[in-house]
Amino acid sequence: MRTRDRRVVVTGLGAVTPVGLTVDDFWRALLAGESGIGEISSFDATRFAVRIAGELKDFDPEVYLGRREVRTMDRYAQLFYASTAQALNDAGIDYTDDPDAGLRTGVVIGGGIGGIISVQESMEIMFSRGGDRMSPYTITQIIPNMGAGYVSIAFNLLGPISCTVTACAASANAIGDAAELIRRGAADVMVAGGVEAPIREYAVAGFAQARALSTRNDDPLGASRPFDADRDGFVMAEGAASLILEERDYALARGAHIYAEVLGYGMSSDAYHITLPKPGGTGAARAMTAAIEDAGIDPGHIDYINAHGTSTPANDSTETAAIKLALGEGAARRVAISSTKSMTGHTLGGAGAVEAVASVLAIRDGIVPPTINYATPDPECDLDYVPNRARRMEVATVMSNSFGFGGHNVALIFGKYE
Amino acid sequence: MDRSEIESRISNLLVSELGLDEVKVSAEARFEEDLEVDSLGVVELLMALEDEFGVKIPDEEAEEIGTVGEAVDVVVAKLAG
Repeated sequence: MRTRDRRVVVTGLGAVTPVGLTVDDFWRALLAGESGIGEISSFDATRFAVRIAGELKDFDPEVYLGRREVRTMDRYAQLFYASTAQALNDAGIDYTDDPDAGLRTGVVIGGGIGGIISVQESMEIMFSRGGDRMSPYTITQIIPNMGAGYVSIAFNLLGPISCTVTACAASANAIGDAAELIRRGAADVMVAGGVEAPIREYAVAGFAQARALSTRNDDPLGASRPFDADRDGFVMAEGAASLILEERDYALARGAHIYAEVLGYGMSSDAYHITLPKPGGTGAARAMTAAIEDAGIDPGHIDYINAHGTSTPANDSTETAAIKLALGEGAARRVAISSTKSMTGHTLGGAGAVEAVASVLAIRDGIVPPTINYATPDPECDLDYVPNRARRMEVATVMSNSFGFGGHNVALIFGKYE
Repeated sequence: MDRSEIESRISNLLVSELGLDEVKVSAEARFEEDLEVDSLGVVELLMALEDEFGVKIPDEEAEEIGTVGEAVDVVVAKLAG
């Protein structure tokens, strides 16, 4: 444990997800155990091996952006813009009247891929009509940092700006890195979050070819079934979430509502395989241990773990083993664990932020969202996954896990602010 | 094609293809200052004009276009041959 003067609190939340386009709707759906998975509507997936995904329902970017902006931005940037607008509004932050007010406010965006829909569309134009018919916005649509660029311009955020691109751990890294910037005094306020908008032919086929996805096409609602013995892969989803992180005294001075405190951030590398987790879970366990040490807490004090829980055969058993290593067998058997991906699907680079929002709300309300579709126990997944129904309980400390292709392991710890 | 038809087709293009505000589009409107079309947007505009009218507008000629009316001038001249 290290001493630290500057503590980081969460003062605003925003989310656009397959189960809800606002934080309130998202949270209500998670607690009700509603799935956001369905047959793909973004394109004709009839001839695809995977025909299901978690898509936003009736998202209208023009609620947040002008028509011209919508035309020039990739969908991923639109989603991050929406979640960030919500979060800033929730935190009561508005710098429009004072050009210098945002000097110590920054943004870190996390994303797995960036504007992959624009990659596909621009490629189609290039090969059918030629490079001189490509949109001049092609590059600014594709690059994964541009979501941060757009919100910094729109909301006048003049402090540190950065982007983490660590696959499905990306937005957990964004939150951790943003908290670190506040801790070391580089900023007082940070927008931290992440996004993915991958539901088009190119990305769906790519993940399907990697054999990472569920092919339970005839049962979309039951396809994402983390920790269940019959799980067969993850379900791709689109979505974004943003958190407003703030130095504690700064937040108190301006009378901000404090949801929770960011207590710990840990990372490790598997150094094992490009997609598979390291057997035995030692890599993931080291990230959790690092976060626990950073938070300066006893592993037995973690009340709830929002698991990475992708619903792939390899992840869920390995994560279970990792939790036992990091917490110890006894504490691992007592902690409540759930995977909200059972409802949202896997929002890839957005997942860490979406799940951080769920973690913070679990603390606020003293209730843990369930793992839905849990029907058949797997001997290799033998912990308490809060099956099928939300659970009321005291939630003072939450760990949120996020792991990514490339061997990225990230754990964040949030605590009740007192 | 007479000038008024070209004008109206360009106006439609600016609204439907570029997503500009219909109310602000007029012959005098300046792309950069009045319509907030940045340098990337100008490239998009040129491509839209080329596709709509089947003409080629080289970058040198494009530099002459500052207003909606000047865009109409360029297209009229191109179509006149």
